[in-house]
Amino acid sequence: MSHVDWQQYDCAGFYDELVATPGMPREAAKMLCDVLAGFAPDELEERKNAAEIAIRTMGITFTVYSEGSMIDRAWPFDIVPRIIPADEWRRTEAGLKQRVEALNLFIDDLYHDQKVVKDGVLPAAVLEQSVNFRPQCVGIDPPHGVWAHICGSDLVRGGDGTVYVLEDNLRIPSGVSYMLENRNVTKRVLPELFASGKIHPVDDYVPQLYDMLAGMSPRHWDDPQVVVLTPGIYNSAYYEHAYLAQQMGVQLVQGPDLLVDDDDVVYMRTVQGLTRVDVIYRRVDDAFLDPEAFRKDSVLGVPGLMRAWRSGKVALANAPGAGVADDKVVYAFVPKLIKYYLDQEALLPNVPSYLCMLEEDRRYVLEHLHELVVKPANESGGYGMLMGPQASQAERDAFARLIQENPRNYMAQPMLNLSTTPTLFDGRPEPRHVDLRPFILSGQDGAYVTTGGLTRVALVKGSLVVNSSQGGGSKDTWIVETGED
Amino acid sequence: MLMLSRVAENLYWMARYIERAEDTARLINVSSHLMLDMPYRQPLGWAAMVDITGGAEVFETLYDEPNDRNVVQFLCADRRYSGSILSALAQARENLRTTRDVVPREVWEEINQLYMTASAHADAGLGPGRRERFLKLVIRGCQTLIGLIEGTLSYGGSRTFMMLGRQLERADMITRIIDVRSANLLQRDSDEIRPFEHLQWMSVLKSLTAYQMYRQHVRCRVRATDVLRFLVQDSLFPRSVSRSLKDSIRALRSLPRHERALATATLVLADVAEADVRALVRSPEALHDFIDVLQQGFAELHTAIARTYFPTLDDLGDGELLAASDQA
Repeated sequence: MSHVDWQQYDCAGFYDELVATPGMPREAAKMLCDVLAGFAPDELEERKNAAEIAIRTMGITFTVYSEGSMIDRAWPFDIVPRIIPADEWRRTEAGLKQRVEALNLFIDDLYHDQKVVKDGVLPAAVLEQSVNFRPQCVGIDPPHGVWAHICGSDLVRGGDGTVYVLEDNLRIPSGVSYMLENRNVTKRVLPELFASGKIHPVDDYVPQLYDMLAGMSPRHWDDPQVVVLTPGIYNSAYYEHAYLAQQMGVQLVQGPDLLVDDDDVVYMRTVQGLTRVDVIYRRVDDAFLDPEAFRKDSVLGVPGLMRAWRSGKVALANAPGAGVADDKVVYAFVPKLIKYYLDQEALLPNVPSYLCMLEEDRRYVLEHLHELVVKPANESGGYGMLMGPQASQAERDAFARLIQENPRNYMAQPMLNLSTTPTLFDGRPEPRHVDLRPFILSGQDGAYVTTGGLTRVALVKGSLVVNSSQGGGSKDTWIVETGED
Repeated sequence: MLMLSRVAENLYWMARYIERAEDTARLINVSSHLMLDMPYRQPLGWAAMVDITGGAEVFETLYDEPNDRNVVQFLCADRRYSGSILSALAQARENLRTTRDVVPREVWEEINQLYMTASAHADAGLGPGRRERFLKLVIRGCQTLIGLIEGTLSYGGSRTFMMLGRQLERADMITRIIDVRSANLLQRDSDEIRPFEHLQWMSVLKSLTAYQMYRQHVRCRVRATDVLRFLVQDSLFPRSVSRSLKDSIRALRSLPRHERALATATLVLADVAEADVRALVRSPEALHDFIDVLQQGFAELHTAIARTYFPTLDDLGDGELLAASDQA
């Protein structure tokens, strides 16, 4: 084991978030790189152990299914933070707000006049074949016209340093609790770095979330009853549901805890009796939300909830049906939607995308499968994807068949040279690929973006898969002020 | 502070199962010791212990003979029987699993640990040499849990519902032990049993960890009347029926909407206080009937608590909704 030597750090032709060229940290990362290089080898190891102990004692876990049983796993975490300069982040933040504003206008339009289709901006076929369009939501006016109150957009950086939006998660995005916990762990492990005062704090998220939720209450009074609705302990994000409920000081409820009476009011069953609920931050999928309206066999939902929501007696975040914009085909149209609704150019570019529903694009995709990533329109968590360059010929052939059978369900993107960031292995920093998931809240007071977001890292060398369910880890994300002040 | 009905119910049952596991462990431990002192071919036997837990029917379908090995396996480790120690611990753990965020983390860790250690120990066999260690492990684990709850959980709803579950289970278990054991002890037509009466009443006390407290309280020879009075009516010993009911009543007073449950508990306590113990000891039938009345009372108290505070998924009447609308 030796000292951290940045001269030895070689990011092999990728854009590295912290180190411009071997031995030359970027300006925002200089302070961190110097401190790490100044550690004795055993000190670095000690900090790493301290982080592991903190994660265990704080009980930060996520749940994975394995051979039919569920396991709580310790959250995989790397102590070297990912750093973004504050001036760059301000531009990203503006781009995210713009994007979510347009997406909310788009969803509202789809459930009302569908002008975007009539004006020929979105092909009617996209809407007709959308699996997440909910006819039950047509004509509904949620508070402040907002459908996607909480959005998690995945950002990646390409080889030339450009930040792209990879996808928008508008259904029930998760990960924000880990963003907050990563900071708590890092503060324990690298306290000396926070003394500089140049690292922006992240802990405003929970109060912002609570204020946004409370602002949606149909009863206008000081003390609205807000709850978090979870599918239960077997859900992979249960840790986050419990965490957010505790941090906001609200009840964590499950479907059977709630009921809707004939007046369309939602109540929760408490020791005090039935208590009216005003706002539900639901972490249950649309399809399971209300057996009266959606899947009849759902035991996770609340019968009559849609009825209550439609009559305006309860507010739901995110609104049912918001997932219509969480579709990798709709994604490809977002720059056009921004232009259409806001008359602005998109501040954040999309990754170039090929839609298999368009004949020309489809031909290109089928001919270039070996160099493309193919994604199904409506999957999340990295499931059901084809990584062309790494796949076998048989896998590629199977995907070609899938695409021809159901072209609307697939889109393809070039394999990106995802940026890397230093990650510790055996006391040495090695480049590993990362993405970033910031969270955007939209409420009565406009939009709020988390300071940075959740950085996910592919721990396997060369891998681009960052999902925690598939061997990814995470890091703290620092927005750092640069320049003299 | 609002408390979800589901959470209240889970905590109530968690505490009941923990108490059940502990009481069963104490009962088996003491009975095992007593059996060693009894004369060969004594009618008192292992079958009585199965009766105490109310598992006779299940036992008969699973085992041939109520001998030492079978009964201990059945009561300690048989997961097919919901009243076994391992089943009780498993159910306590499941009840806490979904509500673990309302109790201090250590409580969850302890119950998890207890279940896993006890399972591993039982799976390795419960022969006479290993049995006592298993039972001690369970008793100690349950006491640790109660201590953790007592020492770390804020006074409030969670604690109150665990208190109710624990006390109701305890009162129920005390009366079961008295019922089954006294059926044996109070039969005066057998001469053979007399010399051992003293020993057996001592074992009843010991299975409730009451022997020492009893000796401090009643200084004379162990006699049926005194033992019964102590276990039923003493208001200071934590494992007497009277004390359990009083603790339940105190817990209920801190809850909203407690009128019916409180009235029910008070009526059962009155039955306990007014009992003529001297007369009960003279007539096994009268004692059995008295125990029946108490057990019915406990069941009514449980029902009153459940109807008032726990989720009623199937039979949610209009009455409850109307009451809620009035509140809102």
